[in-house]
Amino acid sequence: MSLFSRFMDGWRKYRKPGYYDEFDYHWTMTIDLDKCTGCEACVTACQAENNIPIVGEEEIAKGREMQWIRVERYWEGEYPNAKLSFIPMMCQHCDAAPCETVCPVGATYHNQDGLNTQIYNRCIGTRACAVYCPYEVRYFNYYDHEWDSPLEQQLNPEVTVRGKGVMEKCTFCIQRIREAKDVAKDDDRRRVQDGDVQPACVQSCPSKALVFGDRKDTESQVYQSMNDPRNYRVLDELNTDSSVFYLKKVDA
Amino acid sequence: MHRPMTTETFKLGYNDIHDDVIRSIVKTGPKYYIALATAGGTTLLCFFFPWFYQLYYGIGAAGMNHPGVWGTYLASFIFWIGLSHSGTLLSCVLHLTNSSWRKAMYRSAEAMTLFSLVVAATYVMVHVGRPWFIHWAVPYPNQMELWPNFRSPLMFDVMAIATYITGSTIFIYMGSIPDFAAVRDRTSGWRNTMYTLLSLGWRGTDKEWHRLHWAYTFLAVLIIPLAVSVHSIVSWDFAMSIVPSLHQTIFAPYFVVGAIYSGTAGIVTVMFVLRKSMGFEQYITKLHFDNLGKLLLVLSLIWTYINGVELFTAWYSGTSEEYEALNYKLFGYYSWLYWEMIIFCAVLPMLMFSTRFRTSFVPMLILSIAINIGMYTERFLIIATSLSRQYLPDAWGTYVPSPVEISIMLGSFALFTTLFLVFVKIFPSVSMYEVKETMATPKMEPAAPAAGSPA
Ligand code: SF4
Ligand code: SF4
Repeated sequence: MSLFSRFMDGWRKYRKPGYYDEFDYHWTMTIDLDKCTGCEACVTACQAENNIPIVGEEEIAKGREMQWIRVERYWEGEYPNAKLSFIPMMCQHCDAAPCETVCPVGATYHNQDGLNTQIYNRCIGTRACAVYCPYEVRYFNYYDHEWDSPLEQQLNPEVTVRGKGVMEKCTFCIQRIREAKDVAKDDDRRRVQDGDVQPACVQSCPSKALVFGDRKDTESQVYQSMNDPRNYRVLDELNTDSSVFYLKKVDA
Repeated sequence: MHRPMTTETFKLGYNDIHDDVIRSIVKTGPKYYIALATAGGTTLLCFFFPWFYQLYYGIGAAGMNHPGVWGTYLASFIFWIGLSHSGTLLSCVLHLTNSSWRKAMYRSAEAMTLFSLVVAATYVMVHVGRPWFIHWAVPYPNQMELWPNFRSPLMFDVMAIATYITGSTIFIYMGSIPDFAAVRDRTSGWRNTMYTLLSLGWRGTDKEWHRLHWAYTFLAVLIIPLAVSVHSIVSWDFAMSIVPSLHQTIFAPYFVVGAIYSGTAGIVTVMFVLRKSMGFEQYITKLHFDNLGKLLLVLSLIWTYINGVELFTAWYSGTSEEYEALNYKLFGYYSWLYWEMIIFCAVLPMLMFSTRFRTSFVPMLILSIAINIGMYTERFLIIATSLSRQYLPDAWGTYVPSPVEISIMLGSFALFTTLFLVFVKIFPSVSMYEVKETMATPKMEPAAPAAGSPA
């Protein structure tokens, strides 16, 4: 191979998100807004699963809330004819993530499963990723947080407790994905099958608005649902190539 | 650009210059100690103490929130980088264009560059959440086998600033070698030892002068693109994001012009202070203020133009998020700051069209401070207004600096002053040899004229 074509190959690879030619899995979520009731069960589940600190009233007033998934509410119209719509918003695991390019130490990067990961140990806290993320889903640890007794008893041992000066965000419950992969590996090195893994928010959604799975498996539920004609991605015009698909609410 | 120094300025002899400048180094009055103690004390109290508090408790001590994750720390960082600009840059440009009026002032201008950069670098540490790991942003071979992310504009920043600090340190040091030698020859004791080391055995032979000039010009040519690139790269931290109103191609020139603008204003301020406090009335004259005033005026016009372009492109984009950002900037929560900036940086500088204004010292001082206040506001607004209004309305918010931030901001000026005060006692703050170049060669003592020489 000539030097030039080798260089061009390297360059093309370099331009790929996370430098991968192909992902092993391509974890994807769909959110059916027609089914979402805005109950915020997902928010609570995520808080419990991922050791998200409870920052308290004062900090929330300062605008330092921490919730990896939030339910955004938008009002339309004036009071008697007001209409409320919800949209759950978490890290979209963009395949062309703006947040990844900017981190000077590479603390946020794309892994082989198509996930946008955050390495807490490596983070130096420039907060540039939070600026670059158009979805505003990155949350910063302004302090070392504490859990009032007895809440510290319910911390999830599978998940790191983050210290001050570190950025965090939705991981698609990577600890559950890892576990499912481990189990699958022990079980004859098979691939993780549809339904083997469910993030906390998906598991807790009473109306089954959230669906999670591997996009590469064309049989999977998520593959069907992301090809629903109602599908769209938030801020798709920014070419972030996100992995969360929303199914539009159809007004009756 | 050749402009002879007014002869009235230099009714001085070579010796007077030596005496004046060396006096400023060796003779230290109580006033100086008071100033140093005040500046040093303020630095400790207002800069380091709140910073340590913040290190201990976390960045939460500052007012940053969600979505305003960047705040005055970054604004101050840009401000100091900006201030650093004109020093060396101006000195280089004027050196290359052979402007003799540069000679009395450039040493202090270059020092300003250096210390602003030091303060800016300190601000990076104040800004990040875990400064104790800041070395990870520097590419060095390590056990973890991890490199920084070379795609990151922040990483470019680290490189650019490190290069710029190195470059301007060498530049100011090299330009001072003959002066160190001059001081060496007139001091004794520990000072003599220090200047002997600093002057690298300078003897003032023709060869040495020749090499110095060559190297100096070479560095001057090298530093100009460096200075431009540094601030372009700082602007990319913002422009390479997709935040509405930050994602603009005009940002690099905008930042560079802004930097030179605020830096030049800073030089006017520093020169006024030096002139008054060190008794340099004879070296820093109306001429300098006049010329700097003209430069400031041009810069202010360019700056105003770029601001207009920024508004226009936002409007012309026709997208709802840019409209919202524009509307917020002009009429939102921070709008009073915006209009303050316009008055200080675009309207008031128009006064400099008048020569009388440019040649009066106190009004120029006031204006130069006003410009820098305006420029600080600009940096703050770039961050605060844009982050407050991004794509998803649910995540809109406002950010207000906390007392810790304000204290650190004020403290950084004290830090800068402290460094500068130390500087004037070590470096000859007016370049003696270059001022001498502008003077008529003194007549030799009419000792016994050699036989046959023309009378
Ligand atoms: S949604 Fe934001 S944090 Fe998540 S991958 Fe995209 S840019 Fe990064
Ligand atoms: S996938 Fe996991 S981490 Fe992400 S929002 Fe849902 S529960 Fe939280």
